[in-house]
Amino acid sequence: MNPFETLRFAVGGLAANKVRSGLTMLGVLIGVAAVIILLAVGNGSSQAVKDSIEKLGTNALTVSSGGGFGGQSTATSTKPLTVDDARALADPASAPDVESVAPEVTTSQTALYDGTSHSVNQVVGTYPAYFKASNSKVAKGDYFSADDVLNSRKVAVIGSTTATDLFGTASPVGRKIVVGGTPFTVVGVLETKGGTGFQDPDDTVIAPLPTVQNAFTGFGPISQILVEAKSADATTPAQNEITTVLMSQHGIKDSSALDFRVSSQASLLTTQASTNKTFTVLLGAVAAISLLVGGIGITNIMLVTVTERTREIGIRKAIGAPKGVILGQFLAESTLLSLVGGGLGVVGGLVGSRFTIVGITPVVIPQSVVWAFVIAVAIGLFFGSYPANRAASLRPIEALRHE
Amino acid sequence: MKQLLRGRLGRDGTGGHRVGDPVTAAAEESPWGPSPVIEVRSLLKTYGHGDATVRALGGEVDPVTGVSPGVDLVVEQGDMVAVMGSSGSGKSTLMNILGCLDVPTSGRYLLDGIDVGGLDEHQLSLVRNRKIGFVFQSFNLVPRTTALAQVELPLAYAGVKAAERRRRARAALELVGLGDRVDHRPNELSGGQQQRVAVARALVTAPAMLLADEPTGNLDSHSTEDVLAIIDRLNASGRTVVLITHEDEVARHAKRVLRLVDGQVVADVRQAPVDGPPPALSDPAVFAAHAPHALTSGGS
Repeated sequence: MNPFETLRFAVGGLAANKVRSGLTMLGVLIGVAAVIILLAVGNGSSQAVKDSIEKLGTNALTVSSGGGFGGQSTATSTKPLTVDDARALADPASAPDVESVAPEVTTSQTALYDGTSHSVNQVVGTYPAYFKASNSKVAKGDYFSADDVLNSRKVAVIGSTTATDLFGTASPVGRKIVVGGTPFTVVGVLETKGGTGFQDPDDTVIAPLPTVQNAFTGFGPISQILVEAKSADATTPAQNEITTVLMSQHGIKDSSALDFRVSSQASLLTTQASTNKTFTVLLGAVAAISLLVGGIGITNIMLVTVTERTREIGIRKAIGAPKGVILGQFLAESTLLSLVGGGLGVVGGLVGSRFTIVGITPVVIPQSVVWAFVIAVAIGLFFGSYPANRAASLRPIEALRHE
Repeated sequence: MKQLLRGRLGRDGTGGHRVGDPVTAAAEESPWGPSPVIEVRSLLKTYGHGDATVRALGGEVDPVTGVSPGVDLVVEQGDMVAVMGSSGSGKSTLMNILGCLDVPTSGRYLLDGIDVGGLDEHQLSLVRNRKIGFVFQSFNLVPRTTALAQVELPLAYAGVKAAERRRRARAALELVGLGDRVDHRPNELSGGQQQRVAVARALVTAPAMLLADEPTGNLDSHSTEDVLAIIDRLNASGRTVVLITHEDEVARHAKRVLRLVDGQVVADVRQAPVDGPPPALSDPAVFAAHAPHALTSGGS
């Protein structure tokens, strides 16, 4: 009995009961495809978050109000961030590693143009430094200037989604839109950043800070301060400088009782990465369970097959089939089931990963494909070995008498 | 005929002879002449323990010694033995033990000079493959397998190469008159044809003995004659045959008839010499005249 013949017997055995073999393979197929697709979705979402964070610029630091993560802040009173704080940070003497500072206020408003209404995700009021710090480039028109800010002119730079929704294919530059009742002249359109994550970063209107404060938010506290460090290496010293400056601004002496938070892209990345890891592991666990269920399906079917073919096993033994051959035949059958099921699962997984799933573009992890396939085949061997062993250990006389 | 058969299915082609193989080492003829194919000494087979013990083989326990006299049996090479008995007489148990499908509770069994009792499972499978050809009452063909593949199967287990296997399987099917049915599956064959495939499968490895358990039990009289004629010819060509049957009509073909009652041999009648042809072939006319209804078309 050479391996080829064993394989031929196995194919014959499986072909004898096509529906049953097909359904068993389906179990493995779904398991393998689920592992590949779910891991790809997990990987895709973490990739997307990483991309969107990197688009903000790696030199950028964000200062926001409130204590540190986890609410360990012991600050008795929280002073909100103000434009004065931003001015203090812009002082090169106390913060030499800071390149530029852009205070931000954000709000959500409805924009109108020529009868077309569009609800803008983010209306940002800020300084021109914001564009560089947040890695936002203008595709058409120009940025607004510091002069526009000083004179609180009603000008705006809009995101590409906002532009398409309001103007369609027409050029928005130079036209007037009405945002929340206030008319703005569009001076520029930003490049498309790409819709990743849950918020579309291209659905935005950016206008000078005093204009937005005047029109919507009032001259009170600001949402956050975007700080750009001189270089990627300078983010850590810049972070320390910001902390020192703001501590004196807010009159805080205890560094463990901060009422503001400085976060770099790196720290955001780490947080997101760990969140995504949990997410991916969970998805992978679910998929692994389905693969395991597929394996148990193989055992079940092989046990049925062994029982059903007990008599045939007896005949084979009577005409001199050694134990190893019977064992090999049934192992080959179960392995073939998992091999074909796993192979089809890989194909299904790769095809399935080409579609966007709940807004996430899956990114296939090559190792997951290899491992899912290998594990599927190993499951076939492992779960098939029990029924195969039972078949091979049958005593010929008992097997022959079996009805 | 004998030479022809030997040439086509001869022992030279058994294949896979390995040095030190316990099955084949003792197989060839010893300097003291051919050893008996079957040599059974005080064979006992019981089921259960204590008071619930059921004796399937072996006589009543001697009240004095407390030992049951087992079955003793010697079958010479070339003989054709019919084992007769009503159901429950132990003939199937004997057949299973002779066929190495079951192990005796005690006693000694030499098959073609090999002590089967000392063999492990793997060696037993080799013995079944090389030394014994089975023909069952219920045919016991492998389902969904063509006649040719069916007959090739024991050769495949013996490790014979595909081309050689095919050639020998075809020759064996030719011999049982099924040369034109090689691609038929069991469900496409009549009972008689199925049993002839089973005979071809049993003889394709050129075994030391052909063990047939009620080979005609499920066949009509016409197929019965076909199958018995094939077995007669095989025996005439030198193959040792052990038939288990309860039909006198079948037993008439044997050279020697053993009668089992309650697990013991009660009668041992020789109908023809070991060296000669079986009764049906030595004098067909007389044989047919004795039971005219039984041999109207046989022998073809």
